[in-house]
Amino acid sequence: MSVTALNIITNTGIIDYLTSIRGYVVLTSHLLYLLEGALLTLKITALSVFFGMILGLIFGLFKLSGSRILRFIAAIYIDFFRGTPLFVQILLMYFGVLPLIMDKPSPFEAAVITCSINSGAYIAEIVRAGIQAVDKGQMEAARSLGMNYPQAMWMVILPQAYKIVIPPLINEFIMLLKDTSLVSAIAAEELTQRGRLVYSTYYEAVWVWGGVAMIYLVMTKVLSILGEYTERRLATE
Amino acid sequence: MIEVKDLHKSFGQLKVLKGINCRIAPREVVCVIGPSGSGKSTFLRCINQLEEIDSGQIFIDGQELTNPKTDINLIRQQVGMVFQLFNLFPHKTTLQNITLAPTRIKGINKKAANDMAYELLRKVGLVDKANVYPAQLSGGQKQRVAIARALAMQPKAMLFDEPTSSLDPEMVGEVLAVMKDLALEGMTMVVVTHEMGFAREVGDRVMFMDEGLIIEEGLPDKIFDNPQNPRTKSFLSKVL
Repeated sequence: MSVTALNIITNTGIIDYLTSIRGYVVLTSHLLYLLEGALLTLKITALSVFFGMILGLIFGLFKLSGSRILRFIAAIYIDFFRGTPLFVQILLMYFGVLPLIMDKPSPFEAAVITCSINSGAYIAEIVRAGIQAVDKGQMEAARSLGMNYPQAMWMVILPQAYKIVIPPLINEFIMLLKDTSLVSAIAAEELTQRGRLVYSTYYEAVWVWGGVAMIYLVMTKVLSILGEYTERRLATE
Repeated sequence: MIEVKDLHKSFGQLKVLKGINCRIAPREVVCVIGPSGSGKSTFLRCINQLEEIDSGQIFIDGQELTNPKTDINLIRQQVGMVFQLFNLFPHKTTLQNITLAPTRIKGINKKAANDMAYELLRKVGLVDKANVYPAQLSGGQKQRVAIARALAMQPKAMLFDEPTSSLDPEMVGEVLAVMKDLALEGMTMVVVTHEMGFAREVGDRVMFMDEGLIIEEGLPDKIFDNPQNPRTKSFLSKVL
């Protein structure tokens, strides 16, 4: 190419133009790849929320139990997982604890296990507060009819506590969804990890990380709208 | 029917019951009166072990409640309780409030339980409210449902913990009427109350409690017209 031809190209700004849309092209051409990552994010969140709720219910009830041992176990569990960073917990689980008890844990398994246990600790406190918010007379009325403690809990207290618990629970889901980005540290290919892979190939920080942020925002927004909807429905019930 | 021997109970440092002794015969209606803080409600709540007692013995129908081997849940099924604040289950309809314990605890089938519930609702005059939630009931209606709920377990005795104290004055009568019917049918009843008229008319015996003890007891007419103890006199002169 002659010097004149090169001049024409640069002077008409074609290169400037191509440079300016590079980030856009990188993002759109990798959008599907990122969305697949978002799907994994959702999967980790959903599974962790599910197991977290089971753990939270169990340890929330432990916290209220008459047995000092059960209360102590619950206190230790909640203290540890709320009192240490999730990031450290993920590293500890994946590289330290899980290899001792299972054969080659995958990053996905480690992510779900750690996030479940972590959210379980927060949900336990939500469950405890929810149960305590139910009027004390309800337990007394149930017991006075001859129900034992588990029957009264299951038939009378929990059906009332769940309404109280839903708003903070939705909040916890949203926090957890964002926190799953930390599992990119163990190379689970969720949204943040995929964002990092795309970014480190093209170095289009604004477009790639901006796109990743937007995808998170859409997911959390959907969750919070869902939360508001259930809250409104429960309020009118 | 109910026998209490040397019952003691304290909350922390505060001694609430300081040695209660009493026997309540089958079909007897006992009204417990006394100033607030005298331990009336605590005494009642000890009878079905909603409060853990410190010492003493309680027998219901010959079974010792205070024996750790006794299944307290079985005893509670035989002793109904009605609370000052109703404590209906807000997430259940009137009908479900009444049938919940019979179906789920006693294993009575749903149809039989519903029939019985309607029977009880007829008795308390609330058949038309069967499918309504407690939030839509007035205080007096709530308390009548609460009585029906307790009766659904077919108890041998009923405990009433100030059943009309949180009601608007115009609703007191309807609840007392239901209780009076119950007494006439021969239910054994222990009623903690401030309704002196009810105690006098329906009660077989009146107990006056003060500072954790039964100070005086006897026939209603005797207690109200001719109290012996100065504390009884002073209390009655304030409330009558």
